Amino acid sequence: MYRETEIVKQPGVGEPDVFGDMVINIGPQHPSTHGVLHLVITLNGETIKKVEPHLGYIHRSIEKMCESLSFRQFIYVTSKMDYLSSHINNHGCCLCVEKGMQIEVPPRAQVIRVLMDELTRLASHQLWWGAGAMDIGALTPFFHAFREREMINDIMEETCGTRLTMNYMVPGGVMADVHPNFQRRVHEFINHFKTKIDEYDELLTGNVIFQNRMKRVGYLSKEDAISYGCTGPTARGSGVNCDIRKLYPYEVYSKLQFDEITETAGDCFARYLVRMKEMRQSLSIVEQLIDNIPEGEVQAKTKAVLKLPKGEYYSRVETARGEFGVYIVSEGGTTPYRIKFRSPGYCNLSALDHMARGGKIGDLVAIMAMIDLVIPDIDR
Amino acid sequence: MNKEELKIKLAEFLPTATLDESGEWLTINIVPSELPSAAEILRNKIEFSFDYLFCQTCIDWKTHLTMVYHLESTTYRHQLVMKIQLDRNKPEVETVSHIWRTAEFNERESYEMFGVNFLNHPDLRLLILPDGWEGKNPMRKDFEDPVNMIKL
Repeated sequence: MYRETEIVKQPGVGEPDVFGDMVINIGPQHPSTHGVLHLVITLNGETIKKVEPHLGYIHRSIEKMCESLSFRQFIYVTSKMDYLSSHINNHGCCLCVEKGMQIEVPPRAQVIRVLMDELTRLASHQLWWGAGAMDIGALTPFFHAFREREMINDIMEETCGTRLTMNYMVPGGVMADVHPNFQRRVHEFINHFKTKIDEYDELLTGNVIFQNRMKRVGYLSKEDAISYGCTGPTARGSGVNCDIRKLYPYEVYSKLQFDEITETAGDCFARYLVRMKEMRQSLSIVEQLIDNIPEGEVQAKTKAVLKLPKGEYYSRVETARGEFGVYIVSEGGTTPYRIKFRSPGYCNLSALDHMARGGKIGDLVAIMAMIDLVIPDIDR
Repeated sequence: MNKEELKIKLAEFLPTATLDESGEWLTINIVPSELPSAAEILRNKIEFSFDYLFCQTCIDWKTHLTMVYHLESTTYRHQLVMKIQLDRNKPEVETVSHIWRTAEFNERESYEMFGVNFLNHPDLRLLILPDGWEGKNPMRKDFEDPVNMIKL
Protein backbone atom coordinates (compact mmCIF):
# COMPACT_ATOMS: atom_id res chain seq x y z
CA MET A 1 0.00 0.00 0.00
CA TYR A 2 3.04 2.25 -0.24
CA ARG A 3 2.41 5.41 -2.14
CA GLU A 4 5.28 7.30 -3.67
CA THR A 5 5.39 10.95 -2.74
CA GLU A 6 5.60 13.30 -5.62
CA ILE A 7 8.02 16.14 -5.01
CA VAL A 8 6.30 19.32 -6.01
CA LYS A 9 8.76 21.72 -7.53
CA GLN A 10 7.90 25.35 -7.08
CA PRO A 11 8.57 27.43 -10.15
CA GLY A 12 11.08 30.20 -9.88
CA VAL A 13 12.38 29.52 -6.40
CA GLY A 14 15.68 31.31 -5.92
CA GLU A 15 15.36 33.43 -9.04
CA PRO A 16 13.98 36.93 -9.30
CA ASP A 17 10.52 36.91 -10.84
CA VAL A 18 9.13 39.44 -13.29
CA PHE A 19 8.66 42.07 -10.60
CA GLY A 20 12.21 41.79 -9.33
CA ASP A 21 11.19 39.94 -6.18
CA MET A 22 13.01 36.93 -4.89
CA VAL A 23 11.35 33.97 -3.24
CA ILE A 24 13.39 31.98 -0.76
CA ASN A 25 12.55 29.08 1.49
CA ILE A 26 13.48 28.75 5.15
CA GLY A 27 13.04 25.26 6.44
CA PRO A 28 11.53 22.71 6.86
CA GLN A 29 14.95 21.74 8.22
CA HIS A 30 16.51 24.88 9.56
CA PRO A 31 18.02 25.45 13.01
CA SER A 32 16.23 28.72 13.67
CA THR A 33 12.74 27.38 13.02
CA HIS A 34 13.01 25.12 16.11
CA GLY A 35 11.39 22.23 14.36
CA VAL A 36 9.97 21.46 10.98
CA LEU A 37 8.40 24.73 9.91
CA HIS A 38 8.57 25.82 6.31
CA LEU A 39 8.46 29.52 5.51
CA VAL A 40 8.25 30.83 1.96
CA ILE A 41 9.51 34.40 2.01
CA THR A 42 9.10 36.94 -0.75
CA LEU A 43 11.91 39.47 -0.68
CA ASN A 44 12.59 42.73 -2.38
CA GLY A 45 16.28 43.20 -1.86
CA GLU A 46 16.61 42.57 1.85
CA THR A 47 13.12 43.77 2.71
CA ILE A 48 10.45 41.22 3.46
CA LYS A 49 7.32 41.57 1.34
CA LYS A 50 5.51 38.47 2.48
CA VAL A 51 5.98 35.50 4.79
CA GLU A 52 3.92 32.40 4.10
CA PRO A 53 4.09 29.59 6.64
CA HIS A 54 3.60 26.08 5.30
CA LEU A 55 2.59 23.74 8.09
CA GLY A 56 1.88 20.08 8.49
CA TYR A 57 5.30 18.44 8.48
CA ILE A 58 4.63 16.89 11.86
CA HIS A 59 0.85 17.00 11.89
CA ARG A 60 -0.32 13.91 13.78
CA SER A 61 -4.02 14.74 13.77
CA ILE A 62 -4.20 14.61 17.55
CA GLU A 63 -7.77 15.94 17.51
CA LYS A 64 -8.96 13.04 15.38
CA MET A 65 -6.93 10.57 17.40
CA CYS A 66 -8.59 11.79 20.60
CA GLU A 67 -12.02 10.95 19.20
CA SER A 68 -11.24 7.26 19.63
CA LEU A 69 -9.57 7.56 23.04
CA SER A 70 -11.35 7.53 26.38
CA PHE A 71 -11.58 10.55 28.65
CA ARG A 72 -8.66 9.22 30.68
CA GLN A 73 -6.47 8.30 27.74
CA PHE A 74 -6.67 11.40 25.57
CA ILE A 75 -4.91 13.51 28.20
CA TYR A 76 -1.62 11.74 27.59
CA VAL A 77 -1.60 12.50 23.88
CA THR A 78 -1.73 16.21 24.61
CA SER A 79 1.71 16.09 26.24
CA LYS A 80 3.07 15.71 22.75
CA MET A 81 1.60 18.96 21.49
CA ASP A 82 3.48 21.67 23.30
CA TYR A 83 6.17 19.43 24.71
CA LEU A 84 7.71 22.28 26.70
CA SER A 85 4.45 22.91 28.59
CA SER A 86 3.27 19.33 28.72
CA HIS A 87 2.12 19.63 32.34
CA ILE A 88 0.00 22.63 31.53
CA ASN A 89 -1.55 20.95 28.49
CA ASN A 90 -2.49 17.98 30.69
CA HIS A 91 -3.81 20.41 33.26
CA GLY A 92 -6.15 22.08 30.76
CA CYS A 93 -7.54 18.73 29.65
CA CYS A 94 -8.03 17.54 33.23
CA LEU A 95 -9.85 20.75 34.11
CA CYS A 96 -12.20 20.25 31.18
CA VAL A 97 -13.00 16.65 32.12
CA GLU A 98 -13.42 17.65 35.78
CA LYS A 99 -15.78 20.43 34.74
CA GLY A 100 -17.95 17.91 32.91
CA MET A 101 -17.84 15.25 35.62
CA GLN A 102 -18.03 17.82 38.46
CA ILE A 103 -15.06 16.33 40.24
CA GLU A 104 -13.67 18.23 43.21
CA VAL A 105 -9.87 18.15 43.25
CA PRO A 106 -8.29 17.75 46.73
CA PRO A 107 -6.30 20.78 47.98
CA ARG A 108 -3.00 18.92 48.02
CA ALA A 109 -3.38 17.91 44.39
CA GLN A 110 -4.28 21.48 43.43
CA VAL A 111 -1.10 22.85 44.97
CA ILE A 112 1.06 20.14 43.42
CA ARG A 113 -0.49 20.86 40.03
CA VAL A 114 0.24 24.57 40.26
CA LEU A 115 3.79 23.89 41.48
CA MET A 116 4.42 21.63 38.52
CA ASP A 117 2.88 24.16 36.13
CA GLU A 118 5.16 26.89 37.33
CA LEU A 119 8.26 24.71 37.25
CA THR A 120 7.35 23.76 33.69
CA ARG A 121 6.90 27.41 32.79
CA LEU A 122 10.33 28.17 34.23
CA ALA A 123 11.94 25.33 32.29
CA SER A 124 10.20 26.44 29.11
CA HIS A 125 11.29 30.06 29.50
CA GLN A 126 14.83 28.96 30.25
CA LEU A 127 14.95 26.98 27.03
CA TRP A 128 13.46 29.91 25.16
CA TRP A 129 16.09 32.24 26.63
CA GLY A 130 18.95 29.98 25.65
CA ALA A 131 17.70 29.01 22.22
CA GLY A 132 16.46 32.50 21.44
CA ALA A 133 19.83 34.02 22.22
CA MET A 134 21.47 31.36 20.09
CA ASP A 135 19.26 32.32 17.16
CA ILE A 136 20.50 35.88 17.45
CA GLY A 137 24.08 34.67 17.58
CA ALA A 138 24.96 34.48 21.28
CA LEU A 139 26.07 30.96 22.12
CA THR A 140 26.92 31.26 25.82
CA PRO A 141 23.36 31.73 27.19
CA PHE A 142 22.37 28.34 25.84
CA PHE A 143 24.74 26.54 28.21
CA HIS A 144 23.73 28.67 31.17
CA ALA A 145 20.05 28.04 30.52
CA PHE A 146 20.48 24.31 30.13
CA ARG A 147 22.43 24.03 33.37
CA GLU A 148 19.44 25.38 35.33
CA ARG A 149 16.89 23.58 33.23
CA GLU A 150 18.59 20.31 34.01
CA MET A 151 17.79 20.82 37.69
CA ILE A 152 14.07 21.15 36.93
CA ASN A 153 14.19 18.12 34.66
CA ASP A 154 15.78 16.12 37.46
CA ILE A 155 13.03 17.18 39.87
CA MET A 156 10.43 16.14 37.30
CA GLU A 157 12.13 12.85 36.66
CA GLU A 158 12.14 11.97 40.34
CA THR A 159 8.44 12.68 40.84
CA CYS A 160 6.86 11.95 37.46
CA GLY A 161 9.25 9.40 36.04
CA THR A 162 10.01 11.27 32.83
CA ARG A 163 11.82 14.43 31.96
CA LEU A 164 9.82 15.99 29.15
CA THR A 165 6.35 14.56 28.55
CA MET A 166 5.34 13.91 32.12
CA ASN A 167 1.73 12.60 31.92
CA TYR A 168 1.48 13.26 35.63
CA MET A 169 -2.02 14.66 35.84
CA VAL A 170 -5.16 12.56 35.85
CA PRO A 171 -8.81 13.62 36.16
CA GLY A 172 -9.33 14.25 39.87
CA GLY A 173 -5.78 15.07 40.86
CA VAL A 174 -2.29 13.84 40.14
CA MET A 175 -1.15 10.30 39.50
CA ALA A 176 1.00 9.84 42.62
CA ASP A 177 2.29 11.82 45.54
CA VAL A 178 5.49 13.82 45.13
CA HIS A 179 8.84 12.19 45.83
CA PRO A 180 10.14 12.60 49.44
CA ASN A 181 13.07 14.63 48.07
CA PHE A 182 10.79 16.98 46.15
CA GLN A 183 10.69 19.86 48.63
CA ARG A 184 14.41 19.75 49.38
CA ARG A 185 15.37 19.74 45.73
CA VAL A 186 12.97 22.52 44.80
CA HIS A 187 14.47 24.60 47.62
CA GLU A 188 17.92 23.90 46.22
CA PHE A 189 16.74 24.96 42.81
CA ILE A 190 15.15 28.19 44.09
CA ASN A 191 18.31 29.21 45.93
CA HIS A 192 20.44 28.38 42.92
CA PHE A 193 18.24 30.06 40.33
CA LYS A 194 17.73 33.25 42.35
CA THR A 195 21.35 34.21 41.82
CA LYS A 196 21.45 32.91 38.28
CA ILE A 197 18.52 34.91 37.00
CA ASP A 198 20.41 38.10 37.78
CA GLU A 199 23.29 36.63 35.87
CA TYR A 200 20.96 36.08 32.91
CA ASP A 201 20.15 39.77 32.91
CA GLU A 202 23.79 40.80 33.20
CA LEU A 203 24.79 38.46 30.42
CA LEU A 204 22.19 39.34 27.81
CA THR A 205 19.55 41.92 28.69
CA GLY A 206 21.89 44.89 28.94
CA ASN A 207 23.99 43.88 25.96
CA VAL A 208 24.07 46.67 23.36
CA ILE A 209 24.26 44.39 20.33
CA PHE A 210 21.40 42.29 21.63
CA GLN A 211 19.24 45.35 22.32
CA ASN A 212 19.92 46.71 18.86
CA ARG A 213 18.73 43.47 17.35
CA MET A 214 15.58 43.52 19.47
CA LYS A 215 14.34 47.07 19.82
CA ARG A 216 11.90 48.44 17.22
CA VAL A 217 11.84 45.07 15.47
CA GLY A 218 8.66 43.15 14.72
CA TYR A 219 6.21 45.74 15.98
CA LEU A 220 2.73 44.50 16.87
CA SER A 221 0.09 46.95 18.07
CA LYS A 222 -2.38 46.15 20.83
CA GLU A 223 -5.37 46.07 18.45
CA ASP A 224 -3.58 43.77 16.03
CA ALA A 225 -2.46 41.46 18.82
CA ILE A 226 -6.09 41.00 19.91
CA SER A 227 -7.36 40.68 16.35
CA TYR A 228 -4.77 38.02 15.48
CA GLY A 229 -5.68 36.15 18.65
CA CYS A 230 -2.16 36.44 20.03
CA THR A 231 -1.82 35.46 23.67
CA GLY A 232 0.90 34.95 26.21
CA PRO A 233 4.08 37.02 26.26
CA THR A 234 3.65 37.82 22.56
CA ALA A 235 0.48 39.79 23.29
CA ARG A 236 1.51 41.02 26.73
CA GLY A 237 4.53 42.69 25.11
CA SER A 238 1.96 44.82 23.28
CA GLY A 239 0.07 45.72 26.42
CA VAL A 240 -2.81 43.23 26.21
CA ASN A 241 -4.06 41.86 29.51
CA CYS A 242 -4.47 38.20 28.64
CA ASP A 243 -3.06 36.18 31.52
CA ILE A 244 -5.66 33.48 32.15
CA ARG A 245 -4.17 32.89 35.61
CA LYS A 246 -5.29 36.41 36.56
CA LEU A 247 -8.44 36.79 34.47
CA TYR A 248 -10.07 33.42 35.09
CA PRO A 249 -8.11 31.87 37.97
CA TYR A 250 -8.14 28.12 38.21
CA GLU A 251 -6.93 25.89 41.08
CA VAL A 252 -5.16 28.01 43.73
CA TYR A 253 -4.04 30.90 41.52
CA SER A 254 -6.62 33.24 43.06
CA LYS A 255 -4.94 32.92 46.48
CA LEU A 256 -1.42 33.63 45.23
CA GLN A 257 0.50 36.86 45.10
CA PHE A 258 1.87 37.51 41.64
CA ASP A 259 1.73 40.19 38.97
CA GLU A 260 0.61 40.02 35.40
CA ILE A 261 3.53 41.38 33.41
CA THR A 262 2.73 43.69 30.53
CA GLU A 263 4.94 45.92 28.42
CA THR A 264 3.68 48.55 26.03
CA ALA A 265 6.46 48.86 23.45
CA GLY A 266 5.13 46.00 21.29
CA ASP A 267 8.52 45.11 19.83
CA CYS A 268 10.75 42.07 20.28
CA PHE A 269 12.51 43.56 23.28
CA ALA A 270 9.18 44.05 25.07
CA ARG A 271 8.37 40.38 24.56
CA TYR A 272 11.81 39.50 25.85
CA LEU A 273 11.31 41.59 28.99
CA VAL A 274 7.88 40.06 29.65
CA ARG A 275 9.34 36.55 29.69
CA MET A 276 12.29 37.56 31.84
CA LYS A 277 10.01 39.16 34.42
CA GLU A 278 7.62 36.21 34.24
CA MET A 279 10.42 33.92 35.32
CA ARG A 280 10.76 35.93 38.52
CA GLN A 281 7.00 35.75 39.08
CA SER A 282 6.98 31.98 38.56
CA LEU A 283 9.86 31.66 40.96
CA SER A 284 7.91 33.65 43.53
CA ILE A 285 4.84 31.41 43.07
CA VAL A 286 6.95 28.29 43.59
CA GLU A 287 8.46 29.88 46.71
CA GLN A 288 5.01 30.71 48.12
CA LEU A 289 3.72 27.19 47.62
CA ILE A 290 6.60 24.86 48.29
CA ASP A 291 6.40 25.10 52.10
CA ASN A 292 2.61 25.22 52.13
CA ILE A 293 1.59 21.97 50.47
CA PRO A 294 -1.48 20.83 52.45
CA GLU A 295 -1.64 17.26 53.68
CA GLY A 296 -4.20 14.84 52.35
CA GLU A 297 -5.22 12.92 49.28
CA VAL A 298 -3.62 13.56 45.91
CA GLN A 299 -6.47 12.14 43.88
CA ALA A 300 -10.23 12.36 44.18
CA LYS A 301 -12.28 9.18 44.04
CA THR A 302 -13.51 8.82 40.48
CA LYS A 303 -15.28 6.13 38.51
CA ALA A 304 -13.12 3.76 36.53
CA VAL A 305 -14.87 4.66 33.28
CA LEU A 306 -15.63 8.31 32.82
CA LYS A 307 -18.70 9.30 30.85
CA LEU A 308 -19.08 13.01 30.30
CA PRO A 309 -22.75 14.09 30.22
CA LYS A 310 -23.99 15.26 26.86
CA GLY A 311 -22.93 18.83 26.25
CA GLU A 312 -20.05 21.13 25.49
CA TYR A 313 -17.20 21.99 27.81
CA TYR A 314 -14.45 24.52 27.45
CA SER A 315 -11.51 25.14 29.73
CA ARG A 316 -8.72 27.65 29.45
CA VAL A 317 -5.25 27.60 30.96
CA GLU A 318 -2.14 29.71 30.55
CA THR A 319 0.80 27.82 29.10
CA ALA A 320 4.28 29.25 28.68
CA ARG A 321 3.24 30.42 25.21
CA GLY A 322 -0.22 31.75 25.86
CA GLU A 323 -3.79 30.67 26.18
CA PHE A 324 -4.47 26.99 25.70
CA GLY A 325 -8.10 26.03 25.29
CA VAL A 326 -9.74 22.63 25.32
CA TYR A 327 -13.16 22.35 23.73
CA ILE A 328 -14.89 19.01 24.26
CA VAL A 329 -18.17 18.08 22.63
CA SER A 330 -19.58 15.03 24.35
CA GLU A 331 -22.49 12.86 23.29
CA GLY A 332 -22.62 11.09 26.64
CA GLY A 333 -20.32 8.26 25.64
CA THR A 334 -16.94 7.12 26.89
CA THR A 335 -15.05 8.95 24.16
CA PRO A 336 -15.31 12.58 23.11
CA TYR A 337 -17.38 13.25 20.00
CA ARG A 338 -15.16 16.12 18.97
CA ILE A 339 -12.18 17.79 20.59
CA LYS A 340 -10.62 21.06 19.57
CA PHE A 341 -7.37 22.26 21.03
CA ARG A 342 -6.95 25.98 20.80
CA SER A 343 -3.18 26.15 20.75
CA PRO A 344 -1.39 29.42 21.45
CA GLY A 345 1.36 28.84 18.89
CA TYR A 346 -1.02 28.56 15.96
CA CYS A 347 -2.52 31.99 16.52
CA ASN A 348 0.81 33.59 17.40
CA LEU A 349 2.27 32.26 14.17
CA SER A 350 -0.55 33.79 12.14
CA ALA A 351 0.72 37.22 13.18
CA LEU A 352 4.25 36.48 11.95
CA ASP A 353 3.58 37.80 8.45
CA HIS A 354 2.17 41.01 9.89
CA MET A 355 5.12 41.50 12.23
CA ALA A 356 7.83 40.73 9.71
CA ARG A 357 6.43 42.56 6.69
CA GLY A 358 8.51 45.59 5.78
CA GLY A 359 11.37 44.49 8.01
CA LYS A 360 14.70 43.01 7.04
CA ILE A 361 15.32 39.32 6.44
CA GLY A 362 17.84 39.27 9.30
CA ASP A 363 15.18 40.40 11.75
CA LEU A 364 12.87 37.53 10.87
CA VAL A 365 14.85 35.12 12.99
CA ALA A 366 14.72 37.53 15.93
CA ILE A 367 10.95 37.84 15.58
CA MET A 368 10.50 34.09 15.38
CA ALA A 369 12.70 33.58 18.42
CA MET A 370 10.68 36.04 20.48
CA ILE A 371 7.33 34.48 19.55
CA ASP A 372 8.81 31.27 20.96
CA LEU A 373 7.49 28.86 18.38
CA VAL A 374 7.02 25.22 19.26
CA ILE A 375 6.09 23.45 16.06
CA PRO A 376 4.25 20.40 17.45
CA ASP A 377 1.98 22.88 19.21
CA ILE A 378 1.21 24.60 15.91
CA ASP A 379 0.74 21.44 13.87
CA ARG A 380 -1.04 19.35 16.52
CA MET B 1 -22.15 42.70 30.83
CA ASN B 2 -23.67 39.64 32.43
CA LYS B 3 -25.67 36.90 30.76
CA GLU B 4 -29.08 38.52 31.29
CA GLU B 5 -28.06 41.93 29.99
CA LEU B 6 -26.35 40.30 27.05
CA LYS B 7 -29.54 38.39 26.24
CA ILE B 8 -31.62 41.56 26.16
CA LYS B 9 -29.10 43.39 24.00
CA LEU B 10 -28.76 40.48 21.59
CA ALA B 11 -32.53 40.24 21.18
CA GLU B 12 -32.55 43.93 20.36
CA PHE B 13 -29.81 43.92 17.73
CA LEU B 14 -30.15 40.41 16.31
CA PRO B 15 -33.89 39.65 16.55
CA THR B 16 -33.86 36.70 14.14
CA ALA B 17 -31.18 34.71 16.00
CA THR B 18 -32.08 32.08 18.59
CA LEU B 19 -30.41 31.88 21.99
CA ASP B 20 -29.43 28.81 23.97
CA GLU B 21 -28.39 28.90 27.64
CA SER B 22 -27.54 25.27 28.31
CA GLY B 23 -23.76 25.71 28.16
CA GLU B 24 -21.29 27.60 30.28
CA TRP B 25 -21.60 30.62 28.02
CA LEU B 26 -24.54 32.07 26.16
CA THR B 27 -24.91 30.52 22.71
CA ILE B 28 -26.41 32.26 19.70
CA ASN B 29 -27.52 30.39 16.59
CA ILE B 30 -27.34 32.26 13.32
CA VAL B 31 -28.31 31.33 9.77
CA PRO B 32 -25.37 31.41 7.31
CA SER B 33 -26.72 34.31 5.25
CA GLU B 34 -26.80 36.59 8.30
CA LEU B 35 -23.24 35.94 9.41
CA PRO B 36 -21.53 39.01 7.85
CA SER B 37 -23.97 41.50 9.38
CA ALA B 38 -24.11 39.68 12.73
CA ALA B 39 -20.32 39.49 12.98
CA GLU B 40 -20.09 43.18 12.15
CA ILE B 41 -22.58 44.05 14.91
CA LEU B 42 -20.92 41.84 17.52
CA ARG B 43 -17.48 43.23 16.77
CA ASN B 44 -18.24 46.91 16.31
CA LYS B 45 -21.28 47.78 18.44
CA ILE B 46 -19.87 49.43 21.54
CA GLU B 47 -22.18 47.42 23.84
CA PHE B 48 -20.75 44.12 22.64
CA SER B 49 -17.15 44.85 21.48
CA PHE B 50 -16.38 41.19 20.86
CA ASP B 51 -12.87 41.86 19.60
CA TYR B 52 -11.21 38.56 20.46
CA LEU B 53 -12.11 35.36 18.62
CA PHE B 54 -10.39 32.85 20.84
CA CYS B 55 -11.57 29.64 19.27
CA GLN B 56 -13.00 28.94 15.86
CA THR B 57 -13.75 25.44 14.78
CA CYS B 58 -16.11 23.10 12.99
CA ILE B 59 -18.02 20.04 14.15
CA ASP B 60 -19.22 17.25 11.88
CA TRP B 61 -22.61 16.01 13.07
CA LYS B 62 -22.91 13.45 10.21
CA THR B 63 -26.16 15.13 9.05
CA HIS B 64 -24.82 18.67 8.99
CA LEU B 65 -21.76 20.72 9.91
CA THR B 66 -21.64 23.36 12.61
CA MET B 67 -19.19 26.25 12.67
CA VAL B 68 -18.47 27.37 16.24
CA TYR B 69 -17.05 30.77 17.08
CA HIS B 70 -16.01 31.52 20.66
CA LEU B 71 -15.98 35.27 21.17
CA GLU B 72 -14.76 37.41 24.02
CA SER B 73 -14.63 41.11 24.69
CA THR B 74 -11.32 42.28 26.10
CA THR B 75 -13.00 45.43 27.47
CA TYR B 76 -16.02 43.91 29.23
CA ARG B 77 -14.78 40.33 29.59
CA HIS B 78 -18.01 38.72 28.50
CA GLN B 79 -18.14 35.67 26.27
CA LEU B 80 -20.47 34.48 23.57
CA VAL B 81 -20.58 31.32 21.48
CA MET B 82 -21.84 31.81 17.95
CA LYS B 83 -23.00 28.78 15.99
CA ILE B 84 -23.88 28.38 12.35
CA GLN B 85 -25.41 25.27 10.87
CA LEU B 86 -24.18 24.36 7.40
CA ASP B 87 -25.31 21.95 4.73
CA ARG B 88 -22.97 18.96 4.81
CA ASN B 89 -22.99 18.40 1.06
CA LYS B 90 -22.31 22.00 0.13
CA PRO B 91 -20.95 23.84 3.18
CA GLU B 92 -20.56 27.48 2.33
CA VAL B 93 -20.29 30.46 4.63
CA GLU B 94 -18.97 33.99 4.42
CA THR B 95 -15.49 34.60 5.86
CA VAL B 96 -14.96 36.67 9.01
CA SER B 97 -11.21 37.10 8.47
CA HIS B 98 -11.59 40.81 7.73
CA ILE B 99 -13.23 41.28 11.15
CA TRP B 100 -11.05 38.98 13.24
CA ARG B 101 -7.68 38.42 11.55
CA THR B 102 -7.07 35.19 13.45
CA ALA B 103 -9.91 33.66 11.44
CA GLU B 104 -7.74 33.64 8.33
CA PHE B 105 -5.63 30.71 9.56
CA ASN B 106 -8.44 28.99 11.43
CA GLU B 107 -10.68 29.10 8.36
CA ARG B 108 -7.95 27.59 6.25
CA GLU B 109 -7.78 24.74 8.74
CA SER B 110 -11.55 24.22 8.68
CA TYR B 111 -11.45 24.40 4.88
CA GLU B 112 -9.03 21.53 4.46
CA MET B 113 -10.11 19.44 7.45
CA PHE B 114 -13.89 19.74 7.01
CA GLY B 115 -14.28 21.07 3.49
CA VAL B 116 -16.08 24.24 4.48
CA ASN B 117 -15.88 26.78 1.68
CA PHE B 118 -15.34 30.29 3.01
CA LEU B 119 -16.57 32.87 0.54
CA ASN B 120 -14.42 35.95 -0.03
CA HIS B 121 -11.54 34.54 1.99
CA PRO B 122 -8.32 36.30 0.89
CA ASP B 123 -6.17 33.19 0.60
CA LEU B 124 -8.11 29.94 0.82
CA ARG B 125 -5.46 27.27 0.19
CA LEU B 126 -4.25 24.12 1.87
CA LEU B 127 -2.24 24.94 4.98
CA ILE B 128 -1.54 21.69 6.81
CA LEU B 129 -2.31 19.00 4.24
CA PRO B 130 0.32 18.40 1.54
CA ASP B 131 0.03 20.07 -1.85
CA GLY B 132 -2.09 18.12 -4.26
CA TRP B 133 -4.17 16.45 -1.55
CA GLU B 134 -7.08 14.67 -3.11
CA GLY B 135 -9.99 12.94 -1.55
CA LYS B 136 -12.08 13.49 1.48
CA ASN B 137 -11.54 15.89 4.32
CA PRO B 138 -9.71 14.10 7.11
CA MET B 139 -11.57 15.44 10.13
CA ARG B 140 -14.98 14.38 8.87
CA LYS B 141 -16.52 11.41 10.61
CA ASP B 142 -16.67 9.21 7.51
CA PHE B 143 -12.98 9.60 6.65
CA GLU B 144 -11.04 6.36 6.56
CA ASP B 145 -7.40 5.97 5.57
CA PRO B 146 -6.17 2.36 5.64
CA VAL B 147 -2.53 3.38 5.08
CA ASN B 148 -2.05 6.10 7.66
CA MET B 149 -4.47 5.12 10.38
CA ILE B 150 -5.67 7.92 12.58
CA LYS B 151 -8.42 6.00 14.32
CA LEU B 152 -7.05 3.71 16.97
